[in-house]
Amino acid sequence: MSQTLNKLKRIFLLREISSFIMLFVVIMVFFAISPLFLSRQNVGVVLEIIPELGIVAIGITMLMISGEFDLSVGSVFAFTPIMMVLMINWGMHPILGITTALVMALGIGALNGFITLTFGIPSFITTLGGMMIWRGAVLLITGGWPPFFPPEINTHIIVGRIGIFRTSIFWYAAITIIIWFILERTDFGNWVFATGGNRVAARAMGIETNRVKLFNFMLCSMLAGFTGIIQAFRLRATIPSMGGGLEMEAIAATVIGGTALMGGVGTVIGTLVGSFLIRVIDNGLVMARAPSYWFRVFIGIATISAVILNTYVRERAKKMRC
Amino acid sequence: MAQNNYLVEMKDIYKWFSGVCALNGVDFNVGYAEIVGLLGDNGAGKSTLIKILSGYHPPDSGKIFFEGKEQHFSSPREVRSLGIETIYQEAAMVHKMSIMRNIFMGRERGKVDMGFAKYLDIEQMERESMEALEDVNLRLRSPHAIVDELSGGQRQGVAIARAMYFKSKLVILDEPTNNLSVKESEKVLNFIKELKNQGISSIFISHNLYHVYPVVDRVVILSHGEKVGDFQKEETSLEEVTELMVKP
Ligand SMILES: Nc1ncnc2c1ncn2[C@@H]1O[C@H](COP(=O)(O)OP(=O)(O)OP(=O)(O)O)[C@@H](O)[C@H]1O
Ligand SMILES: [Mg+2]
Repeated sequence: MSQTLNKLKRIFLLREISSFIMLFVVIMVFFAISPLFLSRQNVGVVLEIIPELGIVAIGITMLMISGEFDLSVGSVFAFTPIMMVLMINWGMHPILGITTALVMALGIGALNGFITLTFGIPSFITTLGGMMIWRGAVLLITGGWPPFFPPEINTHIIVGRIGIFRTSIFWYAAITIIIWFILERTDFGNWVFATGGNRVAARAMGIETNRVKLFNFMLCSMLAGFTGIIQAFRLRATIPSMGGGLEMEAIAATVIGGTALMGGVGTVIGTLVGSFLIRVIDNGLVMARAPSYWFRVFIGIATISAVILNTYVRERAKKMRC
Repeated sequence: MAQNNYLVEMKDIYKWFSGVCALNGVDFNVGYAEIVGLLGDNGAGKSTLIKILSGYHPPDSGKIFFEGKEQHFSSPREVRSLGIETIYQEAAMVHKMSIMRNIFMGRERGKVDMGFAKYLDIEQMERESMEALEDVNLRLRSPHAIVDELSGGQRQGVAIARAMYFKSKLVILDEPTNNLSVKESEKVLNFIKELKNQGISSIFISHNLYHVYPVVDRVVILSHGEKVGDFQKEETSLEEVTELMVKP
């Protein structure tokens, strides 16, 4: 008896648990409203768009666990594929164009980290500035018009179709597994948690916290850029406004999944569930024929309730007798 | 010459902070297997002195010798690799992480080195954490318990077990008995005695003389950035030290 109770307690102490519960409830509700919600075709639709939030959110998760923010991901999400398209239009080989654009995203992340860490200012400020700068750059470069999308680009390895799936879902799965592995099973992962959890203690133990943070800034930015390319390839277009508001959705997904705003705590699995929750609500509302404006309202409610539920469930679990 | 009699020698150390003179020509030594109590009022310069010794700040002037060799510390990492481990006031542990992950923080055991990172050997770290805790007679349920759930004394115990397990030569404890009950402080004092038994030197910083006095071999008193007393315990008395500490 106490064995099962103990197991139950451990499950409820998991950070991700409230987001799991919410996801389950939301799916059931939408399924009740519209049985088509769980149809093969609709599941395919959700799986097609989920990586475009999920991968960004994973980068945010790593960065947030180490105690920093990145509000510029939405702008980098637009900047990267647009630079890629422009460079290919100028005659660059597509592979080289993709690589150069990704290196640019990496560079933006490095710049975010460099400015934040050398001047000791909050990354909230650095990346808020970055968000405006890179969106501004996109608008300046394109004049606000979508650049011509070169038809010769082979988008197959990134978004090619396999049955109801697109290959982007496999990229998403692979990135999720790799980042999970790094966080939970490597020494670097331990440094990420230590850096966000208690920077002074981490430094005293010889961890180079600035390098850990810089790496995460770069990773986060590069993943945002890569995800932008995924969307551009799926739509076969780069729209200067793409990724607008994405930073908020990615932070919401991360927080819903149990990652602490102040760093030191968080899981990749939680963020995965959080991302699904957001996209499922989005899609479910469409299926239920609710006006699309409801989406924002529901995401707002979901974010707040997930965090409340999280705190509450954990408090209760701690008090459970074993 | 005399350098061989001391594990650590700090000579004529000066440190200024934006006009404030935090240390004003301080000499400070620690012998082998010696427990030194570093005492002084708030703002006396205790933390500054040990931050210099642990590589956090460079001194503005002065020399540091460790095991007879002059050192120019450039980072806490370097200092730690020499065998000097600092346990800071409230910052020894990452509270949201497990005991095991705290013990191996920065020195994780790997199964495979993948170049950019090591694949952790969790079973080995579990085993070694329990060993390390047993070395200081600390009985805890599981190496996966979150440090947040430990008592203050147990937390200090884990930090000391960690220092001991990794064969530190000098352990610096900044106010390890702060905010602890009498019973918990007692435990911490026992951990410190255990360090001495293993031949490890320690510096015990406090502004509470009564916490320090039972375990130390020597007391050093700082006041306004200067050393105002340095006594073997048998050469002095609680009264004399108290008087020096409260003198303006
Ligand atoms: N980083 C810093 N910047 C500016 N001033 C500092 C800094 N660190 C210490 N000081 C100043 O140096 C002096 C000595 O401080 P220190 O922290 O060494 O005192 P302490 O003896 O450890 O005190 P406490 O018992 O309160 O911990 C104080 O006047 C303090 O304000
Ligand atoms: Mg102090």
